[in-house]
Amino acid sequence: MMEFIFGRLTWSSLPHEWFTIGGTIAMSGMMISAIALVTYLKRWKWLWREWLTTVDPKKIGIMYVIVASLMLFRGGLDAGMIWLQQAISVGSSHGYLNADHFQQIFTAHGVIMVFFVTMGFLFGLLNFIVPLQIGARDLASPFLNTLGFWLYVAGAILINLFFVFGGEFAATGWLAIAPLSELQYSPGVGVDFWIWSLQVSGLGTLLGGINFIMTIIKKRAPGMTMSRLPLFTWTSLFGMILVVSIFPILTATITLLSLDRLLGFHFFTTDMGGNAMMYTNLIWMWGHPEVYILILPSFGIYSEVITTFSQKKVAGYTSMVLAGALIAFIAMLVWLHHFFTMGSGADVNAFFGISTAFIAIPSGVQIFNWISSMYKGKIRYEVPMYWFLGFAILFMIGGTAGVLLSVPSADFQLHNSLFLVAHFHTMIIGGALFGIFAGITYWFPKVTGFKLHERLGQYAFWCWLVGFIVSFTPLYILGSMGAARRLDHYDVSTGWQPLFILAGFGFLIILTGAMLHVVQIAVSIMQREKLKDTTGDPWNGRTLEWSTASPPPFYNFALVPRVTSRDAFWEMKKNEKIIENPKYEDIEMPKNTALGIYVAAFVFLIGFGMVWHLFWLVAIGFIGGIVCVIIRTFDEDTEYVVTAEQVKKMEGGRKIYG
Amino acid sequence: MDKEKLHHEDEKTDIVKFGFWIYLMTDLLMFAVLFAAYAVLRDNNFGGITIREIFNPPFVLGETLLLLTSSFTCGLAIVFANQENKKMVVSFLTLTLILGLGFLSMEFSEFAKLFGEGQTPQRSAFLSSFFTLTGTHGLHIIVGCFWIIVMLAKIVRSGLSVGTARKLTLFSLFWHFLDIVWIFIFTIVYLMGGLS
Repeated sequence: MMEFIFGRLTWSSLPHEWFTIGGTIAMSGMMISAIALVTYLKRWKWLWREWLTTVDPKKIGIMYVIVASLMLFRGGLDAGMIWLQQAISVGSSHGYLNADHFQQIFTAHGVIMVFFVTMGFLFGLLNFIVPLQIGARDLASPFLNTLGFWLYVAGAILINLFFVFGGEFAATGWLAIAPLSELQYSPGVGVDFWIWSLQVSGLGTLLGGINFIMTIIKKRAPGMTMSRLPLFTWTSLFGMILVVSIFPILTATITLLSLDRLLGFHFFTTDMGGNAMMYTNLIWMWGHPEVYILILPSFGIYSEVITTFSQKKVAGYTSMVLAGALIAFIAMLVWLHHFFTMGSGADVNAFFGISTAFIAIPSGVQIFNWISSMYKGKIRYEVPMYWFLGFAILFMIGGTAGVLLSVPSADFQLHNSLFLVAHFHTMIIGGALFGIFAGITYWFPKVTGFKLHERLGQYAFWCWLVGFIVSFTPLYILGSMGAARRLDHYDVSTGWQPLFILAGFGFLIILTGAMLHVVQIAVSIMQREKLKDTTGDPWNGRTLEWSTASPPPFYNFALVPRVTSRDAFWEMKKNEKIIENPKYEDIEMPKNTALGIYVAAFVFLIGFGMVWHLFWLVAIGFIGGIVCVIIRTFDEDTEYVVTAEQVKKMEGGRKIYG
Repeated sequence: MDKEKLHHEDEKTDIVKFGFWIYLMTDLLMFAVLFAAYAVLRDNNFGGITIREIFNPPFVLGETLLLLTSSFTCGLAIVFANQENKKMVVSFLTLTLILGLGFLSMEFSEFAKLFGEGQTPQRSAFLSSFFTLTGTHGLHIIVGCFWIIVMLAKIVRSGLSVGTARKLTLFSLFWHFLDIVWIFIFTIVYLMGGLS
């Protein structure tokens, strides 16, 4: 009976080690102060009505970015702990972490940075910008959007909950490679926390992917043909096509893993005919395209930034789109390069080696087009451009390292070394994250109505760039010297320690950069009157998002824009296509709903119950979730009308292009 | 309903249908993983039962015919829904439900028989993948049956609204999709396994 009620939970699952107690105190401290603050300001109703239950993609986008920023510091803390351990754990000193704990930290670091930081930032930017760029008032399914966001939050909570319950995370690496992740070798709840936080947030990602494809294909303004789509929307579309192509593989694969763990099936076990290499294959069929999901939208951001700050149209629009499509397509044909040493034979390795190297071609097309777009432009060096130039340098280095690794014979030497770690950090930080920072700086005035502080942004950029180089160049060298990744201890005779210490020093510079972002935002808020954007078009932009006010009204566009060319807003400005005496019409907008939160909460219960074998909780979550979905599907009163009068009042005589 | 409202509903149906197609494709990819796992593991029976011993041609053919017929009755329900013939929609949906439940009970009896002989998914990797693939399809059918029941309740109570008709269309897509997946299970798991 006790086992039925409490499952695997016992007293010893509660925090009793320094890091679990610390984590629990930190998280509850944050929660209590947040609750106290909202109560003190008497903003509960406002918070619930205006934010938590909203279906406005702009607000959901802001919430995505806030959660992702919090998780960035959470994952950054892990990174700092890894570096500290590696800097001091040499010879007779074994550092301050034991091997098992160290493994849990690098696993959590990878999972958090990929799933909850980069993906969160991307969905945040997509939510805010894509509907504006295509001249839509909303996403195709507002409900799926709020549900997807709350599932992402539920996953983020679940992955941090191991501090409070259980005290252990997976010690398997971010992909939980089998058979290490099987019950036999990882009997605790760590891997289950990994599985269910990914299942929950992965479902949210999949719903988001479906929703954005629907939106981009079906909700474009009249005249916004596919060949006129802004490049950020194009690359987002490719990213989302990848999402719906590969997230089902993740869902299925980790479902099979949990069947092994929970019910004793034999998919990836070492005995009874299971095949562990099948897990490696399946998880990388998802894992490799995943990193292209991270980087493709950033490519689009660079295109937007360069064209705006060079005051020129993009060079080779068609080739940019084709290159994006090609990258997305080949992304699905390279997964085996993660395990050339598996022994698939020379022919198979050669195929995947060549397909991997081939990705350099469309990537190169993009780089050349960006540089050509700047050529003879009136370039303004503002912060988003800094991020692009930093990216261009790092991406060259990381890309070259990638092509080197694509050669199977070289990979045999370098795989699982710090060289590889340096390579993919160059791509994800220098490629994806720099793009996200460029995008946030670029669209910040659109979101809030005022620009970010210029000088502080430059300082943050230089800290990130220099810090990155100081931190990761040693890893390229160490990897070539034979240092394996995920190393918690090494011998003095290797002579690696100075390089590890240098890398740790670089981390501190990056940390300074991250802190400068916080300072930058705080200072910008204080100086918001001075930095104010009254026109809605602070950078002299080219695409439709700049044609509305900053911040945009909740309905985005008072009149749906009529698009006649690429760079639609640029053309409207050039030809002074201003609508005199606009005739406003009634607008139908979706009503807010709390059902997204409720469904996500029930799914969270399923995940938590599955981790701890609390099957009654799973049943509650399951039934509750289904009931909520049925209520939603039969609710035919989900929209309300904003009258023409109200729209006119809100616009207040603003110039309307069209 | 005025013309503008009708146009709005049409547009919504169009978008929802498109989204549902994408969902179906993602579900298909999930099945693709299960098929791949089955293809890799199907000979790893580890001394346990093989697919040849499980395969009972008339029985599986019976299951297949039940499902195919249910797809036909589901199609008829749609035809009558377009004619706004509520009574016939209810009868054909009920018939579809009965056929679906018939399929489920046959599958259940097959599983029960195997479990009774000690041939559980824990017995070998082959059985793990066999039960997971066919069981996942079965779970989808259960979801479909549940969906029919909810829709029947709705139609009986408040008739064929635009919203309900839209859900009926989505359901028929879902049901035909499951039929197609079953055809692949029938071919790849049963026929290719049993006759090899």
